[in-house]
Amino acid sequence: MKRVRAVVIGAAETTELGEIPDSSQVQLHADAALNALNDAGLKVRDVDGIATAGENPITIAQYLGIEPDWIDGTSVGGCSFMMHVRHSVASILSGLCTTVLITHGESGKSRVPPPEWPWPPRPGSYEGQFEAPFGAMGPPDLLTMPVLRYLSDYNVPLEDLAMVPVIQREWAAMNPKAWFKEPITVEQVLESKMIAYPFTLFMCCPRTDGGGALVITTEERANDLPGQEVYILGAGESGETMLISQMQDFTSSRAFRASAAKAFGEAGIERNDVDHLMLYDAFAHLPIFGLEDLGFCEKGQAPEFIRERNTAPGGKLPVNTNGGGLSYMHSGMYGMYAMQESIRQVRGVAAAQVPNVGISVAHGIGGMFSASGTVIFSKAPS
Amino acid sequence: MNVTSEKFLPIITPETEHFWEGTRQEELRLQECKSCGLTYFPPRPFCPDCSSKSISVVIGSGKAKLYSYVISHLPSPGFKPPFSIAVVELSEGPRMMTNIVECPQTPEVLVLDMPLVVVYEERSDNITVPLFKPHEEIA
Ligand SMILES: [Zn+2]
Repeated sequence: MKRVRAVVIGAAETTELGEIPDSSQVQLHADAALNALNDAGLKVRDVDGIATAGENPITIAQYLGIEPDWIDGTSVGGCSFMMHVRHSVASILSGLCTTVLITHGESGKSRVPPPEWPWPPRPGSYEGQFEAPFGAMGPPDLLTMPVLRYLSDYNVPLEDLAMVPVIQREWAAMNPKAWFKEPITVEQVLESKMIAYPFTLFMCCPRTDGGGALVITTEERANDLPGQEVYILGAGESGETMLISQMQDFTSSRAFRASAAKAFGEAGIERNDVDHLMLYDAFAHLPIFGLEDLGFCEKGQAPEFIRERNTAPGGKLPVNTNGGGLSYMHSGMYGMYAMQESIRQVRGVAAAQVPNVGISVAHGIGGMFSASGTVIFSKAPS
Repeated sequence: MNVTSEKFLPIITPETEHFWEGTRQEELRLQECKSCGLTYFPPRPFCPDCSSKSISVVIGSGKAKLYSYVISHLPSPGFKPPFSIAVVELSEGPRMMTNIVECPQTPEVLVLDMPLVVVYEERSDNITVPLFKPHEEIA
């Protein structure tokens, strides 16, 4: 019997990226959604499932004119969209729905309207009682807190942390849509404005406006459509804690490890089968944690792996080839853009195209190492 | 007394009442599982490891070491940047977020694993938060 498979049949970002003051957040979702449906060769009425984060999925469905009988509002931060892919595949394969639209839109810079930001938390929540009283204002001084422990335990110099945005800027220079394109040096990164020691401005992502959407359906349905299908070989998700102070190990994310193990196990592939990798990088340390927790580097070895240009243009494992959240764009929940770049690379249409990408992995974080999602995309069915 | 109400004020919930009652009396109250022996934080009326409801409140020593931190340069109500936001590891095992106070807020002074001891900052009639300062005693 022929195995039923789910594929990405439509993938697109918003028409504009960066600064979009004349679109509200809900319109960014819709713009990306209509672009993705156009890419798939589908109409709104063909969609029977809707998934989103940051907005209520019913808001998006009604705005677009979708009457959904499958709804996923998983909203646990920037990796929620990876989870939506995983949930979509499972639901399509079990017959709950046939065609799922996953949307993201975020007015992170123009703030029309201001996005609901999970910080400061409710004063009676555990975050409100045990973390907010100490003056943290959000991701720049919370998500960054594990890094000094990591650098100390593995004797990694700050210059290696600064190398992450330097190399990603090399990729961004090849991408006309990237927010930042000018080359930077390690010295410039270290001398840029201090945000939260050891993190300087260039180690932190910008806040921009944009969106993206995916259409997931069965391989059988995709065969009748003009869009170029991308196979989903495997996916994983996990969560650890909403309190970063309670993260088990400040040098490694339990959620990263669990999510990646599920995805690679399901796909049945090895790390050296991966041609291209997207590691959600709101801050410079996340690709380091990602390379190690996904099993591409031994513990403590990722900084050297990056410094030796393995992830840079021409390297053996190209990482964050759109420029990453640090240089390409970061609306607040970046996971959707990581997957869009994976899909472009597998389709062979990326701005900084890596030759012969058969398999690309997109890995995301949610909150302050709170959650994680991983999706493995492929040109071939298996 | 150092009441700095500009800073974020938590709202106490039933499960955390003993902790905040403790800090008002300058005690760092943790919980201990009578079934498996785990000492844990943040508060809840059952063991996070074995789910036993057989637990007791214990008074921590107030001693800790510096696990990790950032020095925030961002404006924050009631704080004067740059200021440290840290995670400390209590001698009883659990970790908690805090500020390291009564010392220069510099990487040269704030060295990982340095010994620390709790101090208390009163922020309102019912909220006193535990902060930590360098502890000279050999840990
Ligand atoms: Zn127990």
